[in-house]
Amino acid sequence: MKTLSRWLLRESVIIPLISVFAGLIIGAIIMMFGGYNPFEAYQALFNKAFGNIYGIGETIRTITPLIFTGLAVAFAFRTGLFNIGAEGQFIMGSLAAAYVGIMLDLPAIIHMPLAVIVGGIVGGLWGGIAGFLKASRGVHEVITTIMLNWIALYLSNYLIRTHLLEKGQQKSETLAQSSWLSFSFLTDLFNNARIHFGFLIAILCAIVFYVILQKMKQGYELRSVGLNPHAAEYAGINVKSNIIKAMVISGMFAGLGGAVEVLGVTHNVTILPAFQGYGFDGIAVALLGGNAAFGSVVGAFLLGTLTFGATGMKLGAGVPFEIINIVIALVIYFVASRLIFKRLMNALNVNKQEEQ
Amino acid sequence: MNKENIAVEMRGITKRFPGIVANDSISFKVKHGEIHALLGENGAGKSTLMNVLFGLYQPEEGEILINGNKVEITNPNMANELGIGMVHQHFMLVEPFTVAQNIILGIEPKNGLIINQSKAIKKINEISEQYGLDVDPYAKVKDISVGMQQRVEILKTLYRGADILIFDEPSAVLTPQEIVELMKIFRNLVKEGKTIILITHKLKEIMEVADNVTIIRRGKVVDSVSVESTNPDELAAKMVGRKVSFSVDKKPAQIKDKILSVDKINAKNNRGLPALNELSLQVHAGEILGIAGVDGNGQSELIEVLTGLRKVTSGEITLHGSSLQTLNPRQISEEKVGHIPEDRHKRGLVLDFSVSENMVLKNYYHPQFNKNGFLKFDEIDKYSIDLIEQFDVRTPSHKTPARALSGGNQQKAIIAREVDSDPDLLIAGQPTRGLDVGAIEFIHKKLIEQRDKGKAVLLISLELDELLNVSDRIAVIYEGSIVGIVNPKETNEQELGLMMSGGKINQRGKEQ
Repeated sequence: MKTLSRWLLRESVIIPLISVFAGLIIGAIIMMFGGYNPFEAYQALFNKAFGNIYGIGETIRTITPLIFTGLAVAFAFRTGLFNIGAEGQFIMGSLAAAYVGIMLDLPAIIHMPLAVIVGGIVGGLWGGIAGFLKASRGVHEVITTIMLNWIALYLSNYLIRTHLLEKGQQKSETLAQSSWLSFSFLTDLFNNARIHFGFLIAILCAIVFYVILQKMKQGYELRSVGLNPHAAEYAGINVKSNIIKAMVISGMFAGLGGAVEVLGVTHNVTILPAFQGYGFDGIAVALLGGNAAFGSVVGAFLLGTLTFGATGMKLGAGVPFEIINIVIALVIYFVASRLIFKRLMNALNVNKQEEQ
Repeated sequence: MNKENIAVEMRGITKRFPGIVANDSISFKVKHGEIHALLGENGAGKSTLMNVLFGLYQPEEGEILINGNKVEITNPNMANELGIGMVHQHFMLVEPFTVAQNIILGIEPKNGLIINQSKAIKKINEISEQYGLDVDPYAKVKDISVGMQQRVEILKTLYRGADILIFDEPSAVLTPQEIVELMKIFRNLVKEGKTIILITHKLKEIMEVADNVTIIRRGKVVDSVSVESTNPDELAAKMVGRKVSFSVDKKPAQIKDKILSVDKINAKNNRGLPALNELSLQVHAGEILGIAGVDGNGQSELIEVLTGLRKVTSGEITLHGSSLQTLNPRQISEEKVGHIPEDRHKRGLVLDFSVSENMVLKNYYHPQFNKNGFLKFDEIDKYSIDLIEQFDVRTPSHKTPARALSGGNQQKAIIAREVDSDPDLLIAGQPTRGLDVGAIEFIHKKLIEQRDKGKAVLLISLELDELLNVSDRIAVIYEGSIVGIVNPKETNEQELGLMMSGGKINQRGKEQ
């Protein structure tokens, strides 16, 4: 109990919590200005997200891809890289998984894992391009990953159109069921919600993230390159190859996210007129989660719950969907301006000590 | 003492950080128009105390009086308003801006929306002349020397109307000539009625310019004395808490086989210009070879070439008779070459890693700490705790980030790591830069221990005292070449100084 309360009082935990709270309160004030009842709205949000078994299933479905892209951004960040390209890596992961799902005919026990793995590898390679360009030519990864996002979008659209298209549609054929991550017993259990086993893969990835970075020799090298490349070089660590490795692992998380979304939810890939925003949401998730593995899961939970629950606000309380985007934006602003809270907490601590 | 005479008084200041009491009920007084030195080892709490005075930290207990009035300083702007200015050890300047732009930054004189540069420059020139600072307001900060940059910082505080100037280790970054200049400036400032608080651990400077000195050890005031009534030995003893020997005790060197041989190497610097020019030298087991030279004559490049961080363009480096120049840093380290880097923050440590993680920076991959790709953190912690104890690294815990340690303790951690790997050749780049006498003594002792164990030590330093005391031979580097090797017992600072400025080049050239 004591360790729990101490953990809850840690700065990395308490600041996101306060931020969420502050975001919700200011969101409520904005709703009141608009003449809506914020209590009803939040209640509707909560009910939508957790009110019934279907809601819970769909909430988990919304959270799942965000965990992946959140982990991708967080992992890169921990190794000193800013991966804006989770979006593109996500797209490439979906595309690769769709290829495997559509083109191959295999027993489920091989087909599904293969599709997942290929999706992860292709996402990793896509991230690796940016890592390679940084290591070999010194091109900043922010520039390359942004450009690779667009390349991924249009490459994916082109390949779907030329290879995978279902006649007369703007989407691919449906993937062979043997590659699916969703199972009828699970969807039945959740009253037809589109929940799937990708969620477990996401949690597994968070554990892998933690183990690589905190327990393994490889993670020690990656972190030292991220925190001080000069010292890493001095210690005999190959800085360039570690930059590439970091981007590959980061891209792999995003690619797995894309694969899992296709295999678990959509079962096809569509021609995208614009980005879906999973990668960009991943930046917010990583920020909320303080670039930690478990933090990213929590961040994704938060963002996913708010976005999915928001659809309920419209029906339940007549509050427009956009309000929730304001709340999310506020939460992120508060997390980003954690210095304000830090000062506030320091001031509170000083007061407490004076009282004693 | 007349109350109005006191410019600054701090009473019972206590400041705690997690795991450490940085200032433990510190009280001291500074008179108007004096130079008051704060003396103490690294980590003694001098800088913390001054950051409290400057409003960067809030003390838990105690009060501050400026000119006899009780004040509460909650931020640096308030300190400025009270006439307190601080010149930090690491300068706070915008490099691409001109001197004048830097000085007026934040308090620009304006005509409507436009900055009145000429007014600013006129005022800067006035102040510069008054105090003999000799600063060109039009020069860009990135183009001027470190000493000049420091004067810009001084001007910045004076421009803001400071009467009380705090200097945090001002001489740490300066060359000997620049230090002489700085001492002159101090005297000018005092002559014009300013009050100076000088944070330092250099006894020489205190004896030279200060009027009074307050000694702090481990967060507490040990004593406050007038400089006239004391001497360096006494001050050093008070600062460290025991008697300190300035001269280094050492047995005669037992010089054995050649360990490192450098033959006519050439290398370029980061800008692609020649940095090493046909440089040759040898280091033997059982000796300390010192390298003397003015900063920027190829010392850094020499260290980097020897440790695999830079490639030679030609020439031959051999260790134990086998070639070294094709190896990478890790292979060289495996060949039993230890390296204490010149810049401990840039290369020596990952500041955000714990002390523990830093201790294994060079050997984390050895089977002792690594099994099947997983690190054995229990082993690493055990090993680190052992080293922390052996080398007296003062840290709240082995889990503390290296960033939180004082400079001296950071350096001790690096030395622990490098010496413990038992290298045949130890390359020490300015190992005592910015450290206090206690830490310097410790490091010198460790270097000599290595030598006496029959290892080779290459000591690159800008401090002539250190080279003369510690080395068995001194090689002088000038423009990327060794221009002469002398016996420290048969030479002096003057001769070395002459060689370092290239004075002997012609003479030597004729001899050969």
